[in-house]
Amino acid sequence: MSAMALFGQLLLGLINGSFYAMLSLGLAIVFGLLGIVNAAQGAFYMLGAFFAWMLGQYLGIGYWPSLLLAPIGVAAFGMLLERTIIKRVYNLDHLYGLLLTLGLFQIIQGLFVYWYGTSGQPYDYPEALSGGHNLGFMFLPNYRAWVVVASLILCFGTWFAIERTRLGAYLRAATENPTLVRAFGINVPLLVTLAFGGGVALAGVAGVLAAPIYQVNPLMGGNILITVFAVVVIGGFGSILGSIVTGLMLGVLEGFSKVFYPEASNMVIFAIMIVVLMTKPQGLFGRER
Amino acid sequence: MPETAVLEIAGLQGWYGESHVLHGVDLNVGWGEVVTLIGRNGVGKTTTLRAIMGILRRREGSVKVMGTETIRLAPERVARLGVGYVPEERGIFASLTVTENLMLPPTLAPDGMTLDEIYRLFPNLLDRARSQGSKLSGGEQQMLAIARILRTGARFLLLDEPTEGLAPVIVQQIGAVLETIKHKGLTVLLVEQNFRFAANAADRHYVMESGKIVDMISKSEIAGKMERLEEYLGV
Repeated sequence: MSAMALFGQLLLGLINGSFYAMLSLGLAIVFGLLGIVNAAQGAFYMLGAFFAWMLGQYLGIGYWPSLLLAPIGVAAFGMLLERTIIKRVYNLDHLYGLLLTLGLFQIIQGLFVYWYGTSGQPYDYPEALSGGHNLGFMFLPNYRAWVVVASLILCFGTWFAIERTRLGAYLRAATENPTLVRAFGINVPLLVTLAFGGGVALAGVAGVLAAPIYQVNPLMGGNILITVFAVVVIGGFGSILGSIVTGLMLGVLEGFSKVFYPEASNMVIFAIMIVVLMTKPQGLFGRER
Repeated sequence: MPETAVLEIAGLQGWYGESHVLHGVDLNVGWGEVVTLIGRNGVGKTTTLRAIMGILRRREGSVKVMGTETIRLAPERVARLGVGYVPEERGIFASLTVTENLMLPPTLAPDGMTLDEIYRLFPNLLDRARSQGSKLSGGEQQMLAIARILRTGARFLLLDEPTEGLAPVIVQQIGAVLETIKHKGLTVLLVEQNFRFAANAADRHYVMESGKIVDMISKSEIAGKMERLEEYLGV
């Protein structure tokens, strides 16, 4: 096989991995602080893409402003759901949160299928990132390079904010002992709402970044969500760094398997998930419970 | 100092789920006092502190902190009045370093201790600054739990059994820290099982039995009431 094909698939894998990383990172934050397995994360990804598309379609707002505005819209909608619906299951078993958010996911997805059908809306590349570079061993489209770079910056920026800043210390402390953090004078319920907003905004950004590559389709969230769950299980539920590294790694691995044995590419992540669950059930980066 | 007391509790009732734990607690703490809450295990001492902080969800009666009624306030609002809380289990965050633990509670008032003062009072914490909270010994955890409250400028401290399970030499150190706290004019409500420690440290003692205050003994009365005290504490 040609080097072109190999590196092409590697790039595609890296891009998928970037989306896995952003979505599972958002899941990790929300699970860590709220104890909610947010099955609606795929819907927020889809909403990010749709908000960007709507901003362009109805208001003539371009890609760059939408890259900021659409995730803010996603975060606002997410925080509204958290305050009104999701917070009611905090004191119940994790399973209830999973089922509740799965229900929300189905409703949001169903509404968008009803409104926009399943054929998908095209979304244009931003002018500045059209074209690409021939690197000799492969052709690198500018937009795809941008997606990888942007998601890496976003993921490691988020990691830094959580692990190295004061706000991050509040988040980590509140994950461990929310009651005591409140007794120090910190408004933990507000912190939880903001963290939920931040977690789903990551999915929203991923959705906007994905829009020009995959089109804007109501089903895009469902397609990616199952894989993202597998990524999260492999990385270790709630692990920040685990989500990022595992997401990227598995995207690349999936890309490689498309080159060497395409028939297995849809299964490889799940096969790894099963092996991990059998040998290290807390995940590669997870702590023992 | 303001006219109002730091803490005025009247008819405080409290529940854990269905079980009724506090049956009308009445007590007062004045500015600059160190007051203990003593009594046998399970009489409601820790619960009283949790009720003051607003951590105990179901509570009735009146709890005034520096003149403000707090019976309906969330814990973060109570803390913001200038209350520092050191829980019985110390509450050191395992995933945070010692420094992060120390810097975690937000400043409540401008006149808290500086880091220099804190490290002078607790030299161990400087040595362990980069350690994870989970790696500390029991004594170090207790020091850290007290130190991080002193940094915030809280003027009223709730300490829940600071000497529990610690070696005598550490208990002595904590006694010295309490002296410093008192010297700085801070007000302390202390839950304590170790009566010898409590007798040295405190101005007054409230004795609790079955969710109520049954007696109040001041420092000068201790010698004369030793027999009664031993009966209360079941020693």
